[in-house]
Amino acid sequence: MTTETLTPDSARSAAAGPEVRRMDLLRFATAGSVDDGKSTLIGRLLYDTKSLFTDQLAAVEAVSAARGDEYTNLALLTDGLRAEREQGITIDVAYRYFATPRRKFIIADTPGHIQYTRNMVTGASTADLALILVDARKGLVEQSRRHAFLCSLLRVPHLVLCVNKMDLVDYSQEVFERIADEFTAFAAKLDVPDLTVVPISALKGDNIVTRSESMPWYEGPALLHHLERVHIASDRNLVDVRFPVQYVIRPQSTTVTDYRGYAGQVASGVLKPGDEVMVLPSGFTSRIASVETADGPVAEAFPPMSVTVRLEDEIDISRGDMICRPNNAPAVAQDIEAMVCWMDETRPLQVGGKYAIKHTTRTARAIVRGLHYRLDINSLHRDESAAELRLNEIGRVRLRTTIPLLADEYRRNRTTGGFVIIDETTNRTVAAGMIVETP
Amino acid sequence: MTATAAYQVTHLDALEAESIFVMREVVAEMERPVLLFSGGKDSIVMLRLAQKAFAPAHIPFPVMHVDTGHNFPEVLDYRDRRVAELSLHLVVASVPEALASGLVRESADGMRNRIQTPVLLDAVEKHRFDALFGGARRDEEKARAKERVFSFRDEFGQWDPKNQRPELWSLYNGRHHPGESIRVFPLSNWTELDVWHYIARERIELPSIYYAHEREVIERDGMLYAVNEFLPARAGEERFKAQVRYRTVGDASCTAAVRSDADTVEKVIEEVAATRITERGATRGDDRVSEAAMEDRKREGYF
Ligand SMILES: Nc1nc2c(ncn2[C@@H]2O[C@H](COP(=O)(O)OP(=O)(O)OP(=O)(O)O)[C@@H](O)[C@H]2O)c(=O)[nH]1
Ligand SMILES: [Mg+2]
Repeated sequence: MTTETLTPDSARSAAAGPEVRRMDLLRFATAGSVDDGKSTLIGRLLYDTKSLFTDQLAAVEAVSAARGDEYTNLALLTDGLRAEREQGITIDVAYRYFATPRRKFIIADTPGHIQYTRNMVTGASTADLALILVDARKGLVEQSRRHAFLCSLLRVPHLVLCVNKMDLVDYSQEVFERIADEFTAFAAKLDVPDLTVVPISALKGDNIVTRSESMPWYEGPALLHHLERVHIASDRNLVDVRFPVQYVIRPQSTTVTDYRGYAGQVASGVLKPGDEVMVLPSGFTSRIASVETADGPVAEAFPPMSVTVRLEDEIDISRGDMICRPNNAPAVAQDIEAMVCWMDETRPLQVGGKYAIKHTTRTARAIVRGLHYRLDINSLHRDESAAELRLNEIGRVRLRTTIPLLADEYRRNRTTGGFVIIDETTNRTVAAGMIVETP
Repeated sequence: MTATAAYQVTHLDALEAESIFVMREVVAEMERPVLLFSGGKDSIVMLRLAQKAFAPAHIPFPVMHVDTGHNFPEVLDYRDRRVAELSLHLVVASVPEALASGLVRESADGMRNRIQTPVLLDAVEKHRFDALFGGARRDEEKARAKERVFSFRDEFGQWDPKNQRPELWSLYNGRHHPGESIRVFPLSNWTELDVWHYIARERIELPSIYYAHEREVIERDGMLYAVNEFLPARAGEERFKAQVRYRTVGDASCTAAVRSDADTVEKVIEEVAATRITERGATRGDDRVSEAAMEDRKREGYF
């Protein structure tokens, strides 16, 4: 292999000028098995978009040289922890940022190692898009399927399969198509709304920022082109008004009197002054008097705005309540059917177990009433004889909560359909839950 | 908020909304939050976000300054004006007092970055703060790039990077036992450039040292340091005047200035957009010690 030295371009991304203000935001995560090249891809993307600083690059080159790497190891740009560098793997999510004139990108580079699946789930939970990497030499492995499944479970709206290390299979169209077909067949069982497939070499930079000359048979866009243009605006739910009350603002002041506002971030839908609203769980109705921010009132509020809503009537509302519409409300439910991804290595989920549950701005206690099945991620087979869920296992459970949750199905609403389970003795977050059904 | 007809917000609005959400979560769920206020641009932006999150009410928590005793006078002056304007309660965790009382000892190189950690932890314990807002951003440094928005610290203030709590969606877990605490980073997803765009948009006043001015400096290890009582010129170091500004504001004995003509916020934005060195790389002597200097300090309880 040849020794490659990287020289940063004289000017960093022109993207960074004042016009930056009009950009929108795309959050994406990497996924795929260990060593398939996720961190290298992110390093390459940062490098080729000139989003790197000379001192960052110099530090990485120095570490690479000191270790005797044959080429600058771009994965070191995101593998920032000492333990990660020692082991040459990613352990926890690294967040990186770059911008082009079209978009600002927030990248979550996640670990492929099965032991750290919960960190992958952390990175993917907020992603608009996931890049699933597969090593062209190895094809789909169990961990590729697990991550693809988790992305679909978390309902990441856009998936991109990156068949990586094409340089090691002579840029073979046949290899690429075989993997693409196999993945597409698997994805068909998963309910993946949008799938794109790209052959790349993260190491050499093929099809990352510009189209590769080594793969003339590939007619699609380079990866960056896709990231810049993928349409995400319609991923948001603007139909169902859901405003989880986060905090009640009541100034203790002599200048501002009788002020009562409900602060929160719009989960979905559009709120306007004059709209008739219902407050759950009480069921009282009122109208929106105003929607305010510190900069003054606004005509409308929609996701992801953080605002303060004031109502025409004095009703008793506190944190954990939900403002919605009388004719479009979430379920008020204490019996919850959910898919759960267990993330604790010390104790498994067991039927009868009691936990704390955090859902929107509400906290409840819950007991596991039943475990319907544990899912085999490779075959998607349901094991109905399972008695518990261990670290990284996924299953369907029935929960009973102490107070009702104001919940939607996760597939309809990522904010009002997702929850976490917390072990009350260790305080650790032990599971991610996605509501599938409310009675 | 600047929205288009298609119900879209700009990335700056999205970042602001996320930060405000985080601050409200903390106030709703934690007992005794405090905001770390250094007078640096990130903590100033954080303070503005706190104002916005709770308006028209006052900011419902105190601010704390970890005072190394090596201050830029412009920054101290700024701090005191802000505190008065917003009727904030200011807690000062003083390194000089801690030196006097024997809590810490001056380090051999005279840098106070490391010894401020026990002083911070002591103040946290004394005031029983359970949530500390910090202005750190993930784009600053590779260890910070790994940190959660709600970052758990044990009873010794330590961060365990290999054992962080999963953090899904915007469901933050701030639970802790007595003595433990949570560091909260509302600006996690902001970059240096985002911060400057926001300062421009919000017309936020900053300490004057962030803008180009003439100053007497020396060059040391390739960086320009202001000559002052905390950082006297060594034998053989030549003092000269240069047009400089500060990209970060930290301890005056280890924070360097950069050559710059940017004397307005617009010019600073242009400069930051074109720069090719990270802000810590350009200005912090303390990060140059080793590859994992920041990770090591964070493990001990540093921000
Ligand atoms: N030849 C070749 N090697 C590659 C390519 N992409 C990555 N590699 C190499 O594969 C190895 C693993 O790469 P990483 O980027 O660390 O893999 P990863 O997917 O981030 O691994 P984890 O985060 O630990 O799951 C490194 O030695 C890379 O240099 C590629 O396109 N071609
Ligand atoms: Mg990696």
